[in-house]
Amino acid sequence: MATSKPTRSRKTAKNGPEMGNKERPFKRPLWELRLYVAGMTPTSIRAFENLKRLCEEHMHGAYKIQVVDLLERPMLARGDQIIAVPTLVRRLPTPVKKIIGDLSNTERVLVGLDLRPAGGFRNSRL
Amino acid sequence: MPARTAQKKKKTNAPDLSSLVLEKVPTGIRGLDQVTHGGFPKGRTALVCGGPGTGKTLLGLEFLVHGALLYNEPGVCVAMEETAEELVTNMASLGYDLPALIRKKKLAIDYVHIERKLIEETGEYDLEGLFIRLRAAIEQVKAKRVLLDTIELLFLGLKNDGVVRAELRRLFHWLKDAGVTAVVTAEMGERTLTRYGLEEYVADCVLVLDHRVNEQISTRRLRVVKYRGSSHGTNEYPFLLDNQGISVVPITSLGLNHTASTERISSGVPSLDAMLGKKGFFRGSSVLITGTAGTGKSSFAAAFAGATCARGERALYFAYEESPSQILRNMSSVGQDLEKWINRGLLRIHATRPTAAGLESHLATVYNEIQEFKPTVVIIDPITNLVSVGDLHSVKAMLTRLIDFLKLKHVTAMFTNLIFGSGVMEETAVGISSLMDTWVVLGDVDQGESDRMRTLNLLKSRGMSHDTRMHRFTLSNKGIEVNGNK
Repeated sequence: MATSKPTRSRKTAKNGPEMGNKERPFKRPLWELRLYVAGMTPTSIRAFENLKRLCEEHMHGAYKIQVVDLLERPMLARGDQIIAVPTLVRRLPTPVKKIIGDLSNTERVLVGLDLRPAGGFRNSRL
Repeated sequence: MPARTAQKKKKTNAPDLSSLVLEKVPTGIRGLDQVTHGGFPKGRTALVCGGPGTGKTLLGLEFLVHGALLYNEPGVCVAMEETAEELVTNMASLGYDLPALIRKKKLAIDYVHIERKLIEETGEYDLEGLFIRLRAAIEQVKAKRVLLDTIELLFLGLKNDGVVRAELRRLFHWLKDAGVTAVVTAEMGERTLTRYGLEEYVADCVLVLDHRVNEQISTRRLRVVKYRGSSHGTNEYPFLLDNQGISVVPITSLGLNHTASTERISSGVPSLDAMLGKKGFFRGSSVLITGTAGTGKSSFAAAFAGATCARGERALYFAYEESPSQILRNMSSVGQDLEKWINRGLLRIHATRPTAAGLESHLATVYNEIQEFKPTVVIIDPITNLVSVGDLHSVKAMLTRLIDFLKLKHVTAMFTNLIFGSGVMEETAVGISSLMDTWVVLGDVDQGESDRMRTLNLLKSRGMSHDTRMHRFTLSNKGIEVNGNK
């Protein structure tokens, strides 16, 4: 039960870029995102749905989401230094960023992903 | 009344409670298992708290390493403060090969790093990720011991204290269910034992480490604050952090229940033996030799050491004033060839400056050396210099502990003490003399302009008839000679 969903989502993730929109208002061409969860809990599902929606709205298809279920692959937690779940890791563009939680606050996620400057101007030049 | 209490005792003793008694796992840390009466509570979590640099991590790592090496209990270290490489380097300096243990699957180190700056938090989360890592590591080596060092860094890394608290509570429950014995380290708080109140979650066994610096001299102490379901030593115990790791000195005042020996051993000076009921000191007694500068205290100490080694026994000489080579040279001038005893492994000279460490550390060093070398005679030359490290009260307290320990081991101890014409040092001699069984006072008397006469007086010698007259003695290359009455 718990394992079926992530596998499916990984497929979605692979299809992501192909389905992507051609017009890209971003400097960086590809977003590589990894969502770490521990089983298909309501929080994991919510996080994935929030992420999917957000990517569609703001990355215009130029993204790739990989869902890692730590219950299946516990050793992967070390590499990205995961302690909390869900954790979203922005692997590309660099620098690596982490956002933990169910991603319910879209504003915060956008700031965390550098899609929106925090506090107006400080990150806008990046 | 006595009969009734006896009956009551019998009743409570009747059922066999041994299977219900708290099981413990030995830490393997020298002295700590004595203080805790057997080690940490099995399958539970022990909390080790203390300020920065007090040795918390080292204690935890030693617990793991000894478990892996001595007790066949593999361990997992969740390191949040230092990387695995740093831990490996630190332990290598103590002679432990962590990479070898890791290769043999006796140890797993997981470095957990959280950088608050790089983490954005939004919405609900839990710490299952950490749990999964810990579980995986435990399964990997089939761990029986776990060290969480320093788990409270979670509070610094994550913004939501409520989640961290709830998850820690869950973690400690889970550890208990998993049946692993865990050690959690935590920073000392200002008013509480730990900064984030971890003692509320981990309440089975709490140790506090302390590192005090008094007048530029540091002393480390350990205390068992709490140990549910077990008796434990309640005092503060000094401990050492040296090139062999941690060693706790489990001695406090042991009380006066040692058995007194009637065996006599030679002082190394036949004419002094003659004064001591013709036989010498009691084995296991303590001897004090006081005298002003240059009266030959060290010569008596050397003679005693020489006689001990000549019997084939071991003597341990703590020199707080001279280097070993200086002692050897000076003593060969009064007919004591100590070098041959060193070469035969019967004599060990341990020379340090008293100011190099605090009193407790000196006590710990003396204790460790005695445990390792197993001498029958210990010489401390001079204790006067220790007074420069601590005040009279603490010196006396330290000597009491030391003497109790030596008596229990039937080690004969000789202390020398420099006294000046008058003043504080003489008080010192009086203050500690009550602890001594035999007190020899050396002095010199001016005889006219060109001559000085050395004098010896047996001020006391418990439990034997002894010569109380004032004697004169000579020091020559043939040794010490006490020549009759003044």
